Amino acid sequence: MNILMDKRNGKTVLSLKEERVDAHNAGELKDRLLKALEEDGQALVIDLNQVQFIDSSGLGALLSGYKNANLRASGFALVGLQPLVKSMFELTRLHRVFEIYPSMEEALAG
Amino acid sequence: MGDKSETIFSVDIEIPNQTRYLRLIGNIAEQIARDLDVANGDCDTLAYHLNLVLTEAVANAIEHGSPGDPKNTVRICISIEDKNLCVRVYDHGQGFNLEAVSAPEFADLEEHGRGIFFIRSLMDSVEYRKTEGGNVLEMRKKLA
Repeated sequence: MNILMDKRNGKTVLSLKEERVDAHNAGELKDRLLKALEEDGQALVIDLNQVQFIDSSGLGALLSGYKNANLRASGFALVGLQPLVKSMFELTRLHRVFEIYPSMEEALAG
Repeated sequence: MGDKSETIFSVDIEIPNQTRYLRLIGNIAEQIARDLDVANGDCDTLAYHLNLVLTEAVANAIEHGSPGDPKNTVRICISIEDKNLCVRVYDHGQGFNLEAVSAPEFADLEEHGRGIFFIRSLMDSVEYRKTEGGNVLEMRKKLA
């Protein structure tokens, strides 16, 4: 899975450079999120701008990241959700769980 | 095929029991959805939904398949007849009890258990039954 990692405003920004997050790559995403949390303990901002498709496994991987961040009292925010990707969060009510920001500026300030 | 009042269309695909083929199946599903003439329909939404339903069903079949079996494949049949979409996904595994799969508790932050929920939410009917040598998940939807 192609993920760009960047440090901005004291946060770790992970930009997913994949069009699909599904059962094939969700396990790797889960591992990479955990590794990023373990490495420096900074709040994570996950940029999903390039993700056009997510399935239940992809949502599960993000939920794993969210729960691991919570255990470490660290932030975990999502940004750049495409409308149909966002609709999957809404269908499963997960938009009420995650911190979801409309722009990177707001995610970094939040 | 969009200008016909009645469309008869079917594809039959067999893939190895591996998740790397989910993208291919999803792309085929999207392409089929985009070729449909959906009255008042949002083509992008239907394409996403069909992609998701196929992705979830095939991932489920791969998970419940039997890796040691020489018939280590998943078969997918998609047919459309007069605006009735039917998707069948066949596996060679032991199967599972669809009726026992309940809707996820939304307050419960379980990482698994949303795949069947997506299929049930986006399709009109879902059945899972035994076939010769395995099982089939049959999903139907009336297209607008």
